[in-house]
Amino acid sequence: MNAIISISRRSFIVGVATTAGGLSLGFNLPFIKAALAEGAETAPEINAWVVIRPDDTVVIRIARSEMGQGTLTGLAQLVAEELNCDWSKVTTEYPSPAQNLARDRVWGNFSTGGSRGIRESHEYVRIGGAVAREMLIAAAAAEWGVPASECTARMGMVTHPASDRATFYGQLAAAAARMTPPANVTLKDPKDWTIAGKPLPRLDTADKLNGSQVYGVDLKLPNMLNAAIRACPYFGGKVESFDAAAVASMPGVRTVVQVDETAVAVVADTWWRAKTALDALPVVWDEGPNRQVTSASIAAMLEEGLGANDAFIGAEQGDAGAALSAADRTVTATYAFPYQNHATMEPMNATALYTPERCEVWVPTQNGEASLAAAAEAAGLPVQQCEVHKIHLGGGFGRRGNFQDYVRQSVSIARQVPGAPVKLVWSREEDMLHGAYHPTTRCRLTGALDADGNLTALHMRISGQSILAAVRPEGMQNGMDPVVFQGLVLNGTEGTLGYTVDNLLVDHAMRNPPIPPGFWRGVNLNQNALYVECFMDELAHAAGVDPLAFRRKLMANHPKHLAVLEAVAERIGWDTPPAAGIHRGLAQIMGFGSYVAAAAEVSVTDGQLRILRIVAATDPGHVVNPAQVERQVEGSFVYGLSACIYGECTVNGGRMEQENFDSYEVVRMADMPAVETIILPSGGFWGGVGEPTIAVAAPAVLNAIFAATGKRIRTLPLKNHDLA
Amino acid sequence: MARLTINGAPRDIEVDPDTPLLWVIREQIGLTGTKYGCGVAACGACTVHIDGVATRSCVLPVSAVEPDQQITTIEGLSPDSSHPVQQAWLALDVPQCGYCQAGMIMAAAGLLMQNPNPTDEDINAEITNICRCGTYNRVRAAIKLAANSGEAVQRG
Repeated sequence: MNAIISISRRSFIVGVATTAGGLSLGFNLPFIKAALAEGAETAPEINAWVVIRPDDTVVIRIARSEMGQGTLTGLAQLVAEELNCDWSKVTTEYPSPAQNLARDRVWGNFSTGGSRGIRESHEYVRIGGAVAREMLIAAAAAEWGVPASECTARMGMVTHPASDRATFYGQLAAAAARMTPPANVTLKDPKDWTIAGKPLPRLDTADKLNGSQVYGVDLKLPNMLNAAIRACPYFGGKVESFDAAAVASMPGVRTVVQVDETAVAVVADTWWRAKTALDALPVVWDEGPNRQVTSASIAAMLEEGLGANDAFIGAEQGDAGAALSAADRTVTATYAFPYQNHATMEPMNATALYTPERCEVWVPTQNGEASLAAAAEAAGLPVQQCEVHKIHLGGGFGRRGNFQDYVRQSVSIARQVPGAPVKLVWSREEDMLHGAYHPTTRCRLTGALDADGNLTALHMRISGQSILAAVRPEGMQNGMDPVVFQGLVLNGTEGTLGYTVDNLLVDHAMRNPPIPPGFWRGVNLNQNALYVECFMDELAHAAGVDPLAFRRKLMANHPKHLAVLEAVAERIGWDTPPAAGIHRGLAQIMGFGSYVAAAAEVSVTDGQLRILRIVAATDPGHVVNPAQVERQVEGSFVYGLSACIYGECTVNGGRMEQENFDSYEVVRMADMPAVETIILPSGGFWGGVGEPTIAVAAPAVLNAIFAATGKRIRTLPLKNHDLA
Repeated sequence: MARLTINGAPRDIEVDPDTPLLWVIREQIGLTGTKYGCGVAACGACTVHIDGVATRSCVLPVSAVEPDQQITTIEGLSPDSSHPVQQAWLALDVPQCGYCQAGMIMAAAGLLMQNPNPTDEDINAEITNICRCGTYNRVRAAIKLAANSGEAVQRG
């Protein structure tokens, strides 16, 4: 199906003059590689998305951030597909957040989270490519004095077959930039794609093989200072006092500053010297109101919520309460999911340069516009006097989007050494102690089975922490956090429950411990899938029915959910018995607009778990780069299995106990199973890829562990359980 | 004052003797391909070669390195990304965010120097670097590809 798209003139402000104005902002500092590519500002901008240089290099502007997920390459493929350019000539650049602001947000949303990088922007970036193509054709037609309809564009060249003329895009770019953009363009049917939809190599690999990729921590600016920071380790605590004089004469130290109410920092010539002095700095903390908070007290708080009368309703069908009361047979189980840290490999960092007139920040960020807003606020300057330079991220996973604490800190420090750029880098310990943690919730599930083993009623009571209440209260709906119900709702396109249960109630007793929560890759889908998919396995066993057959009976109205589940079951050989000592488990869920499923094969010998094989299936509607989808699916098991096997941040005395990878273990090579990925794009919708599969990792493995041991693990992580 | 031999070149540097080699490489020498990840030798992002042996540089005081010991960083593994491990990484498009990959590549190159044909168990035992994006299976495949490339990996 081809879509005729009407273009708002306003959203395509074109022209060389605008470009030049948009780019000539402020300081003439040496730009980092990820910022605007050298020379682009002198080459004609066809429109906001496409710059073509005289040598035919095509510079595609990418608004979303690259943090490993491959969006940079995928978005470039979508633009290039419509542009009909030569893929081998494609390069990319980030427009800056201030440019976006100055140009009426011509590049749309910069936020890179919620697996939205492709699915939320595919249409307007393709339009951008198609419009540029039509302008190139129009420029050639005008030059040749022929109708544009007689010209075609292909492989970076416009041809007029009737007169046997052809010219490269690079020669047309200046004239094309002056053309009026077409009012309508027709986007290609994905089945005709030759660049998009293909498993092309990433555009950003080469620099990652030889140390030349610049991350935020690697930034070098003239006269740059380095800062190490320590914030109060007790949640809700503050700095009471510190003795700057005690470290002022240590090597390299320039100054010791209070960053805000909660943190102090040492500024030195090198980061190591800043850190060394910080370690020696006497600090007295006001430990705040939460010193009595422990993991046990939080668990008790959540446990109370499991039986509380008041709860927000996320999904309701029939009368679950009445049906459960009247049932001959019910099954009940309680599950729990602990706090997790994002633990990006690159610790939080930002570099800021402040003068009374201007503030500039260089930062690996999932949301450049949020970084800009944070910089302006911290600088006390109008946003027009601030700029943010985006840098490739050494991992994001949700930590670097909504939360711009490191930006505010870096600007606060820079204000105290005006005129000198200051690079703030957190230690790993700081990163572990000041996360935006995956929230903790518990869930009590009660199901009713009839005499034939059919599920006739289900109540899921979730108790625990709301992310939105803490970090995005404007997203709350009459006190309810709708995101709590990811994957469990009855309607919508984001994540619906894949089962029809005549009497269903999913509700949430909000219990918010004083621990800062955040969006952790997969967000609430992680625990919701664990709860519903492990409990489905429990119900199937209680009913004496095969777990796949049990689910099938509930999934007749959910063909897309069922299709991915059937796909993994078939590939793993569900209908044939596994080899001796090998046991299987299944799980499926919908989230971030996509349908995903996993099947796991495990062995448990003398209590020792080995995850031998994972089969995963994904239906994201459309696929822009199947090779990148495979990588995201594989990576999802590293993230999901890290949480399943090891991940747990425990609270004691009002602070986190884990401070580094020696106590916050994650999946490494030896733990990593083989992963087979099945991509089943059914078309007609655009789903996300980076997150949903994480959610099925743990339940598939836990269900396989039950098959192996008869042990039902209902609290993560596995390291706390004896499987023998 | 300390003298180090880094990527074949002698370097004299003013440095506090207990500074970890990682920070000397990053901040004094200015080679930032070697990464800080944990500071406690738990993640491997800081892996370099010292006399051909993969070594975690974040806990190694610079004073413990002799002037004639050969320190190789990711920037010195090959002049043009032509080392068999780098080539295998390119062929399989291994990196995602890439932050851990310099350490991974140095660990892999170190392994292949000691053991040109590692088994899965050898790889599990020797490659203990942390990747949070999830490149492990491609790292494993790339190590095997490099091992099978027929090129001697006795370099770097």
